Amino acid sequence: MTATAKPPQDTAHAELHRKMLRQMLLIRRFEEKAAEAYALAKIGGFCHLYIGQEAVAVGALAALRDDDYVICSYREHGQALIKGIPSNAVMAELFGKATGCSKGKGGSMHLFDAKRGFMGGHGIVGAHIPLGAGLAFASKYLDQGKVCVCFFGEAAVNIGAFHETLNMASVWKLPVIFLCENNRYGMGTAFERVAAVTDIVEHACSYDMAAELVDGMNVLTVYDATRRAVERARKHSHPTLLEVRTYRFMGHSMSDPLHGVYRTKDEVEEQKARDPITQLATKLKDDGVIDQAALDAMDAEIHAEVDEAVKFADESPDPDPDELYNDVLVD
Amino acid sequence: MATLTYRDALNQALREEMQRDPNVFLMGEEVGVYQGAYKVSRGLLEEFGPKRIVDTPIAELGFAGIGVGAAMGGLRPVIEFMTWNFAVLALDQIVNAAAKMLYMSGGQIPMPIVFRGPNGAALQLSSQHSQAWESWLAHIPGLKVVAPATPADAKGLLKSAIRDNNPVMVLEGEMLYNIKGDVPDGEHIVPIGKADIKREGSDVTLICHSKTVTVALKAAEQLAEQNVSAEVVDLRSLRPLDEAAVLESVAKTNRAVVVEEGWPQAGIGAQIVDIIQRDAFDDLDAPVQRVTQADVPMPYNKFLERAAKSSPEKVVAAARRVLYLE
Repeated sequence: MTATAKPPQDTAHAELHRKMLRQMLLIRRFEEKAAEAYALAKIGGFCHLYIGQEAVAVGALAALRDDDYVICSYREHGQALIKGIPSNAVMAELFGKATGCSKGKGGSMHLFDAKRGFMGGHGIVGAHIPLGAGLAFASKYLDQGKVCVCFFGEAAVNIGAFHETLNMASVWKLPVIFLCENNRYGMGTAFERVAAVTDIVEHACSYDMAAELVDGMNVLTVYDATRRAVERARKHSHPTLLEVRTYRFMGHSMSDPLHGVYRTKDEVEEQKARDPITQLATKLKDDGVIDQAALDAMDAEIHAEVDEAVKFADESPDPDPDELYNDVLVD
Repeated sequence: MATLTYRDALNQALREEMQRDPNVFLMGEEVGVYQGAYKVSRGLLEEFGPKRIVDTPIAELGFAGIGVGAAMGGLRPVIEFMTWNFAVLALDQIVNAAAKMLYMSGGQIPMPIVFRGPNGAALQLSSQHSQAWESWLAHIPGLKVVAPATPADAKGLLKSAIRDNNPVMVLEGEMLYNIKGDVPDGEHIVPIGKADIKREGSDVTLICHSKTVTVALKAAEQLAEQNVSAEVVDLRSLRPLDEAAVLESVAKTNRAVVVEEGWPQAGIGAQIVDIIQRDAFDDLDAPVQRVTQADVPMPYNKFLERAAKSSPEKVVAAARRVLYLE
């Protein structure tokens, strides 16, 4: 680490890198606050945190246009924030409030912001994979030039919908990126215990699809791989399967202890040494793009933002009782 | 007024709605090159091309979900199931995705999608190909369910379904595709949620939908020969249900028989009986009777199959019971 910051070699990249660092920190601090709020019973139901996986959402979304589609599983707080949904609206949704991004009807697993192209968190493992292909189908049909990034966990690869969808996306040449976040465990089941093929990228061969294996603890690697996939989708309308290897530092959900009985504490600690935020922060300090004071200032600013989100969520009203019967059907 | 088969009436509805709105497309197994497993999509590939008439692999879950995603992206998909028996593979997409998208997104994402195909038994197709799914589908808030019995209703309801901004399940009948009937010329729309009196009567109300309308009409003829005047109420829509039409008829006849293709337990008839006992209790002169499929998987043997299905004779017997004639 240098005491005096070197001027950045490339201003555009420096800006992007600082932005990525800030976005990863935002997710980390947001999720820490969510865990606190859950412990205080301000958040109910299931709540799946993204801590440890921040580089995946941040790196991938940095490669997208604002009007591109993102669709996710139920571990989607990070993607929702980075797609531009304000922290207040995401936290308020976790609190089930009327000011939440789904008006308090979706909760942690069903964050939506259609105007920003954030097409939801979905709660049935793998079932949203065809939805992602359908969004890409619509974009191609309407000649909109939008691509869709569909995030799902490695456990979804064992679901029929994954295979049916990859086949059709390849046959129909849909501009979709299947982004598998391989965090090694479907709840408490290690992938190698339930999958005959553990290198998920290999599934792409069955569907004649481009694929790439990506280090998901390095945000820049995720960004570069997603950029290549986005170009393939946007220019040539070809789908891609990305296997992004990552790790969740927390349990499966808030009801799962930090490391659980299915993995060792040592394993978790070993992975924490690869913390994607620390990795980028170290690199940016080495590059002279940021110093500790700037990093501290950034962190303080983010702390203030998520504190404000909790305050906003807490003070927001519950949905009006009449809302119970609204939004079942449109007129 | 033209005389059309039920199949051609559906074909006209698809063609007209696809001409009307470029965002309507048809997707399913054998809908294009093969011209439709039951020829409902005959000629559409030639007219609209492969972009809008999309042949799929045999992958109901996958293409139903791609349809849902396409609707999220602003299109108006019509998803054909070769039969609703196969749609069971796709039920997750219908129930967990299509039916709930609007609600769990807090009203942000409407779901203008149609799922359609033949429902219920044909002839000797045995257990896995002979099931009537309407009570499953009508159970789900967020869906609309229609089951037309005539060519005119088939055309009018399918057109309404395609224009609806909600997910609409269109239950057709394999045994109905060849029936003929008058279809009004020009724009013909049948609103979803409106029952239709297919025959007026004063002594007993026969409540039915889809294929059982034919059964009930035959039963009404036989009853007329016995000096019993039966009113045939065709529900046409199962969700929303035209409760007023049911209650109005029962208020007139004081007696009711519900006829359906499905099994008895938790069937459509159970819902109709609930409405009648709650809102027309004082109008009733006899307990409501139901005629359903026998409570067994459909057998292959034609005599056993016949015994399992509803029939005009079974409806006549039920009507005579509510009239205390036997």
